[in-house]
Amino acid sequence: MNKIMIVIFWLLMGTSAFAVGVDEKRLSDPAEEARAQEIMKQLRCLVCQNQSIVDSDAGLAKDIRIIVRERILAGDTDQQVLTFMTERYGDWVLLKPHFDGATIILWLSPLLLLGVGFIIIIRNQRNRKMATSAPLSDEEQKRIAQLLNENGDN
Amino acid sequence: MIAELGHFALILACSLSVIQGVFPLYGSINGNGRMMAISLPAAYGQFLFVSFAFAALMYSFIVSDFSVANVATNSHTLKPMLYKVSATWGNHEGSILFWALILALFGAMVAFFGRNLPRKFHVTVLSVQAFVGLGFYLFLLLTSNPFERIFPFPNEGNGLNPLLQDPGLAFHPPLLYLGYVGLSVTFSFAVAALIEGRVDAAWARWVRPWTLLAWCFLTTGLTLGSWWAYYELGWGGWWFWDPVENAAFMPWLVATGLLHSAIVVEKRDTLKAWTILLAIIAFSFSLLGTFIVRSGVLTSVHAFATDPERGVFILLFLFLVIGGSLFLFALRADKLQPGGLFAPISRESMLIINNLLLSVSALVVMFGTLYPLLRDALTGEKITVGPPFFNMAFGSLMIPLIIVMALGPMANWKRADLMGILSRLKFMMVVSLMATLAFYYMAGGGAIMAAVWLGLGMWLLFSTLYEWSERIKLFKGGALKRILRQPRASMGMTFGHLGLAIAVLGMAATSYWDSEYQGIMGYGDKATIAGYEVTLNSTDGIIGPNYTAVRASFDVNKDGQKVTTLEPEARVYMTPPMPTTEAAILSTFLGDLFVVIGEANSENYDLWAVRLYFKPLQAWLWTGVAIMVLGGFISLSDRRFRTGTIKGKK
Amino acid sequence: MKLKAFFPFLIFCVISIALYVGLSLNPGEIPSEFIDDPIPEFSLPVVGGGEVGLTTADLKNEEGVVLVNFFASWCAPCYVEHPFLMELQKRGYKIYGVAYKDKAHATNRFLKEQGNPYFDTAADNDGRVAIEWGVYGFPETFIIKDGVIRHKHAGPIMEMQFEDEFMPILESISK
Repeated sequence: MNKIMIVIFWLLMGTSAFAVGVDEKRLSDPAEEARAQEIMKQLRCLVCQNQSIVDSDAGLAKDIRIIVRERILAGDTDQQVLTFMTERYGDWVLLKPHFDGATIILWLSPLLLLGVGFIIIIRNQRNRKMATSAPLSDEEQKRIAQLLNENGDN
Repeated sequence: MIAELGHFALILACSLSVIQGVFPLYGSINGNGRMMAISLPAAYGQFLFVSFAFAALMYSFIVSDFSVANVATNSHTLKPMLYKVSATWGNHEGSILFWALILALFGAMVAFFGRNLPRKFHVTVLSVQAFVGLGFYLFLLLTSNPFERIFPFPNEGNGLNPLLQDPGLAFHPPLLYLGYVGLSVTFSFAVAALIEGRVDAAWARWVRPWTLLAWCFLTTGLTLGSWWAYYELGWGGWWFWDPVENAAFMPWLVATGLLHSAIVVEKRDTLKAWTILLAIIAFSFSLLGTFIVRSGVLTSVHAFATDPERGVFILLFLFLVIGGSLFLFALRADKLQPGGLFAPISRESMLIINNLLLSVSALVVMFGTLYPLLRDALTGEKITVGPPFFNMAFGSLMIPLIIVMALGPMANWKRADLMGILSRLKFMMVVSLMATLAFYYMAGGGAIMAAVWLGLGMWLLFSTLYEWSERIKLFKGGALKRILRQPRASMGMTFGHLGLAIAVLGMAATSYWDSEYQGIMGYGDKATIAGYEVTLNSTDGIIGPNYTAVRASFDVNKDGQKVTTLEPEARVYMTPPMPTTEAAILSTFLGDLFVVIGEANSENYDLWAVRLYFKPLQAWLWTGVAIMVLGGFISLSDRRFRTGTIKGKK
Repeated sequence: MKLKAFFPFLIFCVISIALYVGLSLNPGEIPSEFIDDPIPEFSLPVVGGGEVGLTTADLKNEEGVVLVNFFASWCAPCYVEHPFLMELQKRGYKIYGVAYKDKAHATNRFLKEQGNPYFDTAADNDGRVAIEWGVYGFPETFIIKDGVIRHKHAGPIMEMQFEDEFMPILESISK
């Protein structure tokens, strides 16, 4: 009975392109496989658009993983593999945005915002110090001199 | 019939919100006591009616009334009852109704608990709250009516997405909303303060408990979502910088800053403009998050059915509420008199740094989330900003924050001795370093960043413990009495910072030292991972209430001893048809063993695709956050915060 | 009234404008990288395997406008789109079909039951050619003229989109 259940189950599953499957063959050289994994972490899955192709179960993601490994075996550098993908799918497929003229403001935003914040804070502080330590008027200065004289030198 | 009653109740609630918004405010400007008195009954009435509306919708789901369009689209007779109930808030219209419900709930709570607030102020706060609520009621009634009928009605519904049929996820929205919407109270308090033109220590004392409450819920809701993703989605990831995750994270970051900033207002009567701005921005991010999820502006696994018409409505609402309050801030900010002075090195200045780092990180996350949209709008180019950016940008801001977090609690108000603090922490620095190196080498070395994060977690852990031990004079007699006498707010802080330290250690370990095994196993085959031996025993076909599944049974051994049996499942739900994986997880102090069963080999049904993961210290993440939230609740229980018993000091 | 107190408000205004514009955009849609580029080099077998079904040369040699449609029998939106493809064929458009990762008998059954609008059909069994064309969302339809890709549409194509999206392009390239 159970065998039948399982068969029925997998017939149902067979039509789904999203079933969890075992990954295609990994590269035998661990260093190369590690490189492949690093590159794959940077590519966005086009079907499940909020995952990298490493995490995604989609069929297209699996195909692209196979391609990444093939290209590494063919001798491509990391950049060349990524370019292979962007040639076909555009910059959108990169999870890490390029460092170009337009994205520079994105990459530098933490520093820029921190800098702006610091400047505002320091200027606030200085203004506050000036506001609350206004110089004494002549009247007040005379009074102080008087009081000091009254107390004399102890 | 019930649905119509619910609809009617919603309309009544909407009218009451108009009344609550307009008349008492007018009354407070003109000193008309009777008009002001409308405020409280209106708030209670509003809550009553919107609760009824929500109950009516829930009833429709429970009885599977498919003549209500919402129920037909999102439910199914075969669904377990828990998920029929949770489907009430698991769809677009229902979730907005839920928003409105919680908004009204907090309004009623402020009405009740704030009776000791100065009358005019109290009424102004409730008025702001009512106007926010009005926006939601109008949105519901005009564009997203949950009570619409369909005719002819189907005999069966479309069912709920199987991924949502999970206890963790059933409770994730309510908790998250309690947090999101709870921030509306601080918002109303802030706007009322701007209208009155005054912020003082008393205001801060009223605001802190509400912020704490919202913060606790928000933290819990966020983490629940994260935990769900971890065990449900099949590969043990817990954070993806998905736009909707970011949408909930941004208010959290700002709320954390707000919590700390309010302390300074209360204790030192300064940083007022900062705090008011943070209060407005925190809630603004909540509203923004709501917009992002429903407008189709960004792709996300979380996105509800998208509809640009709704998007325009929300955007307009956002502009009025957020733009209005920010404009008000610009006009009235200089009325907020700056208070006590402080030296460049002092607890105040460290809290300013805290404010700054948290605000900047929220802004950076927002920028990264919206950047693809900006780029598309300006140049038509499609670009992605993913985890590599966020991890780097956010991570680099957190490094100085964690370092300062260790120093802040030890700094004096007004003027602190940095060298003194560092010298007191000398020993802890050494301890942290040694602990870091020990862990690092035990784990097998690795990336430098791994050691950095480990080090930061250790640093925070040990310096927080040291500060606590100094405060209670641990090694002098009578320490136990001193521990019990500590003000709850201080205990809360220690728990909060400790919790974060533990969570950081968990995050570092699980991100840098996880391992994975993928392979095909037959019955009796063994796989090893992280010192565990995992053997596939058998598989079984099972039938669930609305799914069929294959359940595999694995024996888990360690050092020859049987540890447990893990039974992951691969399910296929029926309506809508969708496969999911239910991983089996063994959670231990040292890490989580994660087993996933996949496809059978298409030629030989006795061979199965299997994935194993080991996530070191994963449980430390959840535990650390739980401790943080515990700290929040401990703080909340501090009697000094009971708004009702505080006589407003001028 | 300090001017810098207005910064948060101004920043928010900028964000609102961006969001407003964003409402009319579609973030999930990835435009083709190959607009106005020659079609990629490829060679595909017929459905069921054996002989060569479709090659780059075949498409390049076509006079006039040709549509290339990537589909599969297991893809639900393809069923939705199919009647409209039959309609297009009746209107005189020449459509080539590429079955993506489909089993031959399933493809044949699909075409028998739903009708066959394709002038010629080929099979992309391992999905590589689809990747070469930058296909990601099924079904996808390309407009080809003289072996150059002029437009791509991801997702099912129906009357309204055809009018709004395809007609202007078809008109301009027919001149």
